[in-house]
Amino acid sequence: MGKVVVVTSGKGGVGKTTSTAALGAAVARTGKKVALVDFDVGLRNLDLIMGAERRVVFDLVNVIQGTAKLSQALIRDKRVETLFLLPASQTRDKDALTEEGVGEVIEKLSSVFDYVFCDSPAGIERGAQLAMRFADEAVIVTNPEVSSVRDSDRIIGLLDARTVKAERGEQIAKHVLVTRYDAARAARGEMLSIDDVLEILSTPLLGIIPESQDVLKASNLGSPVTLSDPTNSAARAYIEAAKRLEGEELPVVVPFERKGFLDRLFGRRAA
Amino acid sequence: MSLLDLFKRRGSAPVARERLQVLLAYERRNRSQPDLVSVLREEIMAVIARHVQIDQDYLQVSMDRGETMSTLEIDIQIPNKSARPLAMSA
Ligand SMILES: Nc1ncnc2c1ncn2[C@@H]1O[C@H](COP(=O)(O)OP(=O)(O)OP(=O)(O)O)[C@@H](O)[C@H]1O
Ligand SMILES: [Mg+2]
Repeated sequence: MGKVVVVTSGKGGVGKTTSTAALGAAVARTGKKVALVDFDVGLRNLDLIMGAERRVVFDLVNVIQGTAKLSQALIRDKRVETLFLLPASQTRDKDALTEEGVGEVIEKLSSVFDYVFCDSPAGIERGAQLAMRFADEAVIVTNPEVSSVRDSDRIIGLLDARTVKAERGEQIAKHVLVTRYDAARAARGEMLSIDDVLEILSTPLLGIIPESQDVLKASNLGSPVTLSDPTNSAARAYIEAAKRLEGEELPVVVPFERKGFLDRLFGRRAA
Repeated sequence: MSLLDLFKRRGSAPVARERLQVLLAYERRNRSQPDLVSVLREEIMAVIARHVQIDQDYLQVSMDRGETMSTLEIDIQIPNKSARPLAMSA
């Protein structure tokens, strides 16, 4: 049975979809079979980030309602042949997802794939709860700022209470992924530090993804950042995080800002 | 066009713009009526279903919506025994 990993956050816009694509692609590049499932019904975006928006025929709701087979709805990535996407539907009806239907889909996927990544919608309501329901592990995407950390805390509470695993009395493995980390702002003490975040959430750290123009560029091109240019700092951080998710023990290095002479002189912010 | 425009064009934004244009044109059209590719898909499948009992497991449909051209691929594996003789075959 493959591992089911929910990528969740509570707060919107912190980088769940970006991280699902980047982590999934990084794992798939090593030859593992990976399925990415978009749970953001009505507001799907993972297809765009993956560059598969023109190829969507069927979606998760079609599969749950029986109008399409799972094998028909899965879209194979054109770059990495072990990477697949199951798109969300664009219908406004969020109740189209049933717990039973989602359970069946996840079960089938995890019998075929090594990893199933579930891209959660924002919020703590039904959609987010369905996305986490059958997870074995959770990647909690957090930005180093107060409202994001607070929402992560609420999500951690839900993960420990409302997942099938938790209800069975088992532990769901949780990892915090700090994204949009701005080393310059951290150096000026304008941002919560990594230690602050980890202490508050008391959950182990999966990685630190720097704020980076390369993320925007990758989404413009419709490619996970770990595929478009695996050498940039965000991609490297995601690739390392993916290795940790697979159990490798790699120390996390906090990105720091090397201040130039002029910056020090004028206290100017480096790009 | 200024020199600046020339440089700007090299970024990733033009790709994003083109992708969005194709996608949104399709999604907007689809709000009022299904697009031609989807209609064709439905009808072709209905025709096939009249002649052979197709197991959904042996049917793959893929689409690629382009700006000026879209492709529709229907890949069906027909088990020989289930194919009824076609009226038109000699
Ligand atoms: N490391 C980063 N550096 C710069 N921009 C980033 C980074 N990570 C994410 N972003 C940007 O932040 C925005 C939100 O990202 P994304 O869509 O992945 O978030 P989300 O949590 O999935 O949002 P939603 O809650 O709406 O589903 C996007 O514009 C994305 O390009
Ligand atoms: Mg998202």
